[in-house]
Amino acid sequence: MSLSDKLLILFGGVGALLGAASLIGFVLSRRATSETGRATIDNLNARIRAWWVMIAIFAVSFALGRGVTMVLFALTSFYTLREFVSLTPTRAADHLPLVAAFYVLLPLQYWLISIDWYALFTILIPVYGFLLLPSLAALKGDTEQFLLRVSRIQWGLMLTVYCISHAPALLTLDIPGRPGEGFLLLFFLITIAQFSDVMQYVFGKLFGRTKIAPVVSPSKTAEGLVGGGLSAVAAGAALWWITPFTPLEAAAMAFAIVAMGFLGGLALSAVKRSMAVKDWGSMISGHGGVLDRMDSLSFAAPVFFHLTRYFYT
Amino acid sequence: MIDLALIGLTRFIVGGQARWTGSLPEMRQRIYFANHSSHLDTLLIWSALPRGLRASTHPIAAADYWGKGIVRRHIGVKVLNGVLIERSTQGPPGAALAPLRNVLSEGESLILFPEGSRGSERLPGPFKSGLYWLSQEFPDVQLVPTYLDNPSRAFPKGTFLPVPISCTVRFGPPLVRHAGEEKDAFLERARAAVSALAPDSLG
Repeated sequence: MSLSDKLLILFGGVGALLGAASLIGFVLSRRATSETGRATIDNLNARIRAWWVMIAIFAVSFALGRGVTMVLFALTSFYTLREFVSLTPTRAADHLPLVAAFYVLLPLQYWLISIDWYALFTILIPVYGFLLLPSLAALKGDTEQFLLRVSRIQWGLMLTVYCISHAPALLTLDIPGRPGEGFLLLFFLITIAQFSDVMQYVFGKLFGRTKIAPVVSPSKTAEGLVGGGLSAVAAGAALWWITPFTPLEAAAMAFAIVAMGFLGGLALSAVKRSMAVKDWGSMISGHGGVLDRMDSLSFAAPVFFHLTRYFYT
Repeated sequence: MIDLALIGLTRFIVGGQARWTGSLPEMRQRIYFANHSSHLDTLLIWSALPRGLRASTHPIAAADYWGKGIVRRHIGVKVLNGVLIERSTQGPPGAALAPLRNVLSEGESLILFPEGSRGSERLPGPFKSGLYWLSQEFPDVQLVPTYLDNPSRAFPKGTFLPVPISCTVRFGPPLVRHAGEEKDAFLERARAAVSALAPDSLG
């Protein structure tokens, strides 16, 4: 089976799944009677509609190749960093570090990945960004909450640019005997991370009782985590044929993605709570901001990238 | 063409979502008056208006900024439909308002920054008297308070390049005119109407 055949089957499968979800959403919307039930169903349907759009964007960018997919992820980093910085109090003296973050470090990171300069893209932001940003901030001579301000920008960059960029970095991996199959690894990562989120939401809504972190994220329940996590691990094992992994290894990889995704959602909920907001933005109707959809992926991407790189290349 | 490119660029970098609370994007003659903290402000309000309103709404632009250089002048006057005024005009009170009166007598709308120059605070500073004189002379024109959230963070005074930080444009309920109200009381009330639209600071 060729690469494009596999991708056709995969996107066809996702389309069928979403079609079923749309049908269920439609039936539910006719049945809902109570006020809160209707609100939940409306939000569910808004989420499903947004999923159609997101899947379409991914399918088109995959079809157009590596360059376009890199640009898509660079834009994702751009919008998530914009959401992060918009909610983070910054001062006029932070302008220069922000210019460097958005207009220098972000494009440079994606350029380094696209030319496959592994040694530099893994240290660009954690080392050189780390040294550059506080230097630029200090030039302005504003010491008010200096360490806090510098840390926020560095943290935002690490999360939205450095971590997320490890997803398209999968396209650069050379797996022996499997040229060009980075797209399948990327598909695997995104699908498991997002499927885990969706199934945790579904299981949580249906059976959720025991809150795991009532203060940080009231919607996270043990039932949701176990049900959603197991579904995603099963889905990972079922997708072993598109990866260099055996079925058991694929399940273990999916488990790593689920675990990191859960921690990412938890940590970013804590950040949102500390900023007294519920969502990162309003760009994706029903979901909130782009970062609300990317939180689990941002934590899972570097780990999945490293595991694959060390064990399979 | 240029207008669409400018709107696209504004949306990409700073968003500039419009929030209509208490007034609607209607086809009627208005003065939108807003807080002023950045060179993005004119562009933000202009691109937040629906297309139909944009054509009949003229931002007031300071001649010493928007009148300088061919490119900026072209954008200010031809694309944004701006009315250039001199900030330093000496003469009888309200003499500098002549170009604004012309726009209003033709039945078109205005975007006005009554502080006169850019501030750096979250809430607007004291208003200059132009808004008062215009509201007296054109009693049928609706006065819409407008609050711009974040442009001073995206493009602070003294910098050369805006950074991507989401800005919002909030249009509030029209300011009611009280018969016989003194100039200073009116201007303070107008300023409070803009401040009331500011979101609570997170600190």
